[in-house]
Amino acid sequence: MKADRSGRIQAAFHGSLGGFSLDASFSAPATGVTAIFGPSGCGKTTVARCLAGLQYLSGSFCAIDGDIWQDRSTFRKAHQRPVGYVFQEASLFSHLSVKRNLLYGAPRSIGSSADRVDFDEVIDLLGLARLLQRSPHHLSGGERQRAAIGRALLSQPRLLLMDEPLSALDRLTKNEILPFLERLHARLKLPVIYISHDMSEIERLADHLILMQHGRVIGAGPLAVLQSDPALPLARARDAAISLDATVEAYDASYGLLTLQVEGGRLLVPAPPVTVGTRQRLRITASDVSLARTAAQASSILNVLPARIVSSSVLGHGEVIAVLALGSDGHGANLLARITRRSWDLLGLAEQMPVFAQVKGVSLVSGAASPQPGSHPISPDDAPRTAVSADAGTALAETSG
Amino acid sequence: MGGLPADLWHAVWLTIELASITTVILLVIGTPIAWWLARSKAWWTEAIAAVIALPLVLPPTVLGFYLLVTLGPNGPGGLIAGLWGGRTLAFTFEGLVFGSVLYAMPFVVQPIRNAFAAIGDRPLEVAATLRASPRRAFWTVAVPLAGPGFLAGAVLGFAHTVGEFGLVLMIGGNIPGRTKVLSVAIFDYVEASRWREATFLAGGMVIFAFAVVLTMTLIEKRSAGLRR
Repeated sequence: MKADRSGRIQAAFHGSLGGFSLDASFSAPATGVTAIFGPSGCGKTTVARCLAGLQYLSGSFCAIDGDIWQDRSTFRKAHQRPVGYVFQEASLFSHLSVKRNLLYGAPRSIGSSADRVDFDEVIDLLGLARLLQRSPHHLSGGERQRAAIGRALLSQPRLLLMDEPLSALDRLTKNEILPFLERLHARLKLPVIYISHDMSEIERLADHLILMQHGRVIGAGPLAVLQSDPALPLARARDAAISLDATVEAYDASYGLLTLQVEGGRLLVPAPPVTVGTRQRLRITASDVSLARTAAQASSILNVLPARIVSSSVLGHGEVIAVLALGSDGHGANLLARITRRSWDLLGLAEQMPVFAQVKGVSLVSGAASPQPGSHPISPDDAPRTAVSADAGTALAETSG
Repeated sequence: MGGLPADLWHAVWLTIELASITTVILLVIGTPIAWWLARSKAWWTEAIAAVIALPLVLPPTVLGFYLLVTLGPNGPGGLIAGLWGGRTLAFTFEGLVFGSVLYAMPFVVQPIRNAFAAIGDRPLEVAATLRASPRRAFWTVAVPLAGPGFLAGAVLGFAHTVGEFGLVLMIGGNIPGRTKVLSVAIFDYVEASRWREATFLAGGMVIFAFAVVLTMTLIEKRSAGLRR
């Protein structure tokens, strides 16, 4: 195995640890957020620890952006790898103030590289300004985790590993932190490996996905591709959904409707006003999409989009999950539709057939990402509170009927 | 406290000197030992720990006896000393320091070891992922976090050296100004029926012991509060 490809995260970890055997190989782009998803105990954390050099498995391989960190003859120790690691529990150093925690891993010499993470930018991004002089003992769980993320970023990593950073937090605190992570994603070029067993976090944050089960990788690729692969468990799950990246095209103030452009179609979604041109992550569940042979003449459903059936598979014995591609030519983004097998047969549906996808519900899952760095509308001082309310507003905005 | 004889103050001063030097030496050599004991996963770690802990259960006179045999003119220590014409460590202040270091070692090593072990792997892993070398992680993370353990070890090591009697008598002899420390002095005063001096020293030791126990409790409380 050679690290001849730059721009990729390449890993192959084999070995057994106390009766658990890991055999995980994958390659992911060294840009954006790559999520590793799987049930507890599937080996996700071990993969992250191996990437960070905290765990040694002989005969393994790992290279980031063409830079070999481990192969047969090399093993860079954890402190020799440019990684940032955010643990499940924040693990701030309790004997240091927040500020000294943040600066613990920051290189002393100021490099001139353009993509270095700036202290003030991190403080601003994570809303840490008011916490700097405090001791970690006096922070809430969410504040601690934000400080830990900032500390990892300021060590100027080339790869950020986040091992279930939200799973030790309650629902409310999670919703407080997610917008920060979205802003991070929008503003920094740093590649992120994000480990989670919560699909809703991944649907909000991830660009790529690695699916793990029993110590093995069962699928890897762009998020929407894996979500719409009927051979994988995601598409067959009760709450199967597709994440779509959309651009805000227009806002109709009289009806309070956003026009969102996705690949191969347009969606109308009632929502609070959002700046035209911003990007929005959407989530459409399979059970909210129904199929029709003809465009409905009179219907309250706003979003009826021409599409083509790409593939179908039977679920249990009463339902069919169909993968659609938007657009009359069928070259657009994928959607999932779960319908009864009876309807499938009655309508005479078949693969490659042009249909109309009736979308009953669209969730805006993110709202904090802004396209140009520095143009965030939230002032750093009250970032946490504003972000929470903005998030609650957008996350709950759904069309129905 | 006028009227107390000079030899009493000599004994007090000598004791403080002995305990201070012993404590400093123990912090220097006990720290790496405690670190190794806390981190090592070798099966024989506990065997080494048991050897270090021996003075906890051995009568001090036993340890003193072996030291006397080893360090005396006819033991290996005497032979080595003879090579460069030096005198043996038996019945010297240096010999007392040597014996005290061995005797008080478990009282210093044990709290520091426990403090290191209580930190766990996580803070050190965090430090490593922040590019801290193992040496830097040790000094900037492990040592500060184990601070209360160091304090407890130092107080205990100092106090036990002050209170030691059997070992001092065996290898120190009872040379005024050189090896005659407090605990031996009390014994001498009682032997000579000098009750006033004996009472003064014994009372002082009670107050000292009270201060030590109180300090230890406060350290414990504080570090428990820090750990939460």
